[in-house]
Amino acid sequence: MKRRRVNIRMPALGGQGAVTAAHIIATAADYEGYYAVSNPFFGAEKRMAPAESYARIGMEPIFDRGEVVYPDVIMVFHPQVITMGKSYTMPFYSGIKRKGLIIINTEEDLLTEEDKERLEQLDVKVFNFPATKFAIDIAGTELSTNMAMIGALFGAIGVVGVEAIEEGIKSRFLKKFVASGGTASLDSALERKFKKKLELIEKNLNTAKAAYELAQKWAQENGIEAFLPPPPKRVAV
Amino acid sequence: MQTILDTVTYNRAGQKVVSPDYLLFEAPRTKHFMTGSEAVKEAVKRASVDASVSYPITPQSEAAHLIGELWVEGYVGVYFRGESEFGVMSELAGCAMAGARAITTTSGPGTLRAMENFPMWAGTRIPVQLVLMARGVNSPLSIQPDNLEVSFMLDTGCMIWYAENAQDLFDMILAGFVVAEQPDVHVPVVSVVDGFFVSHTREAIMLPPDDIALPPYNPYKAPMPVIDAEVPPGRFLRDPFVMKSNYISYATHASWQWEVRSAIERSRPYAKHYLRGLAEEFGDPEAEILFVACGTAAAQAKEAVRLLEDEGIKARVLKLKTIRPFPTEELIEATKNAKYVFVPEFNVVGWLEREVKSRLYGLSNAEIIGGPRVAGGMTMPAEVIVHEVMKLTGKEVKHVI
Repeated sequence: MKRRRVNIRMPALGGQGAVTAAHIIATAADYEGYYAVSNPFFGAEKRMAPAESYARIGMEPIFDRGEVVYPDVIMVFHPQVITMGKSYTMPFYSGIKRKGLIIINTEEDLLTEEDKERLEQLDVKVFNFPATKFAIDIAGTELSTNMAMIGALFGAIGVVGVEAIEEGIKSRFLKKFVASGGTASLDSALERKFKKKLELIEKNLNTAKAAYELAQKWAQENGIEAFLPPPPKRVAV
Repeated sequence: MQTILDTVTYNRAGQKVVSPDYLLFEAPRTKHFMTGSEAVKEAVKRASVDASVSYPITPQSEAAHLIGELWVEGYVGVYFRGESEFGVMSELAGCAMAGARAITTTSGPGTLRAMENFPMWAGTRIPVQLVLMARGVNSPLSIQPDNLEVSFMLDTGCMIWYAENAQDLFDMILAGFVVAEQPDVHVPVVSVVDGFFVSHTREAIMLPPDDIALPPYNPYKAPMPVIDAEVPPGRFLRDPFVMKSNYISYATHASWQWEVRSAIERSRPYAKHYLRGLAEEFGDPEAEILFVACGTAAAQAKEAVRLLEDEGIKARVLKLKTIRPFPTEELIEATKNAKYVFVPEFNVVGWLEREVKSRLYGLSNAEIIGGPRVAGGMTMPAEVIVHEVMKLTGKEVKHVI
């Protein structure tokens, strides 16, 4: 059965920007011409505690809300999601669908033989991708880890192009945006750190683009087809 | 009564005043991508709001904060923080009694803390609006979506409307003022959404331009006079004989309670017009499997209808947009061909199931199943709904997940 929806689950640690990533992913997919929705999962999150957010991309209007219990794609933002069980679901890949994809921000293989066996049975591909290292190398800060993860996602699933990613990132950082009081103060802290907003965007874009290309190559080598048909034609409004 | 307020062409923010019909149905709309909280801001921005009082509680804090920004920008006349939710709802009543169009937001424990005020709002006949972003209220503490609190609101004498998504919420907030302020209605309206599922979800929404707005509230059309500081006592205490222990005071109290509920009934034609129906259907109109739901439960049921279609099973959803008034006729009509009626809900008690069963008592041969039901913040995946439906209707599950 051909996919008509990609459900993405992003287990991360508080402070890594998974909520921001979900919003950028959905905005970019919307710009590309798909239907898209994003949402965070909020508990009493704090830095380094488990945090999770979700994005849904589809060929038809999306009604579905809440946690993604049966994901097509899981983006693991931090090794501790796996090594320390900082995940809302155990194992972190619970509910993953057949022919799914897992992107793990890691420099080494973190899966056990049992994990690998189960994922292989489901024909799930695993992409070990050192996103934080990547962010430090290209943007000069680990804060761009989420941008590397966004690039890797779209490179691997092949439904949203670089232009749309750029649009998503710009709309997040250039428009007046309030996710929460906490995020607003984080934003101003980030701005001070990077001195200039535009410089930040440039770095983020470069990180996402480089990750996109790397993941695209990986997907080609592993015979992964685009996760969705081309975007449904939508009347521009 | 024709007053100067009927003829204004620009509101305090300099927005052009347009008819509610133009704002809701005719004005050209453009696509935006935003959260439910931001949709609240966009609605309030176009609603010529005079007053808003706020108090922070997850998940409505952002919406309250954003209304404060509107005050800074000059779109809202008065904005301040109450000392608690009880204070907020009392102060909002004061604003409304003085003739202001007033709105606030709250969630879960905030709703319960403020509870004494809601029947007071209704009895005082103020057309205020509460945007209720439902979250858990029980101990152990949950800040997650759960709409048990809505069951406590049902008999307060307020209209209870339920939005499914950011678009619904935007349109409902505007329509809410228009319907609540009709002279023959004039009771409060509570616009409910599920916290997080709507407040924090970012999605596409179509908005009319922001340089037009609803006509300002005209308090001189209210069925009761606005507060008059020169002629005490104030509005709420103007009928002190009700406080006496005699039959006429009991009768007055009782008849006023009936009148408040009759006012909600009188809102039907207005709500039907401005909400484009008290309920809407999704899916195959001939299907024997019917979901009756509101809010996120309706959204999840719609997804389940799609998955059931993949299994070769026809199903449909009756999404209720209003709970008070309850779309009884719409429900009876929708259940005519139904064999199974499922009522999926985000709470442990099944308050919508009770509503549905009491409305259908003796009128439907369908089997009414209260569920599936989740609570405490849990998501209700469409796959789970499908699984329950297949199990209860004795069908084999082929490829749900």
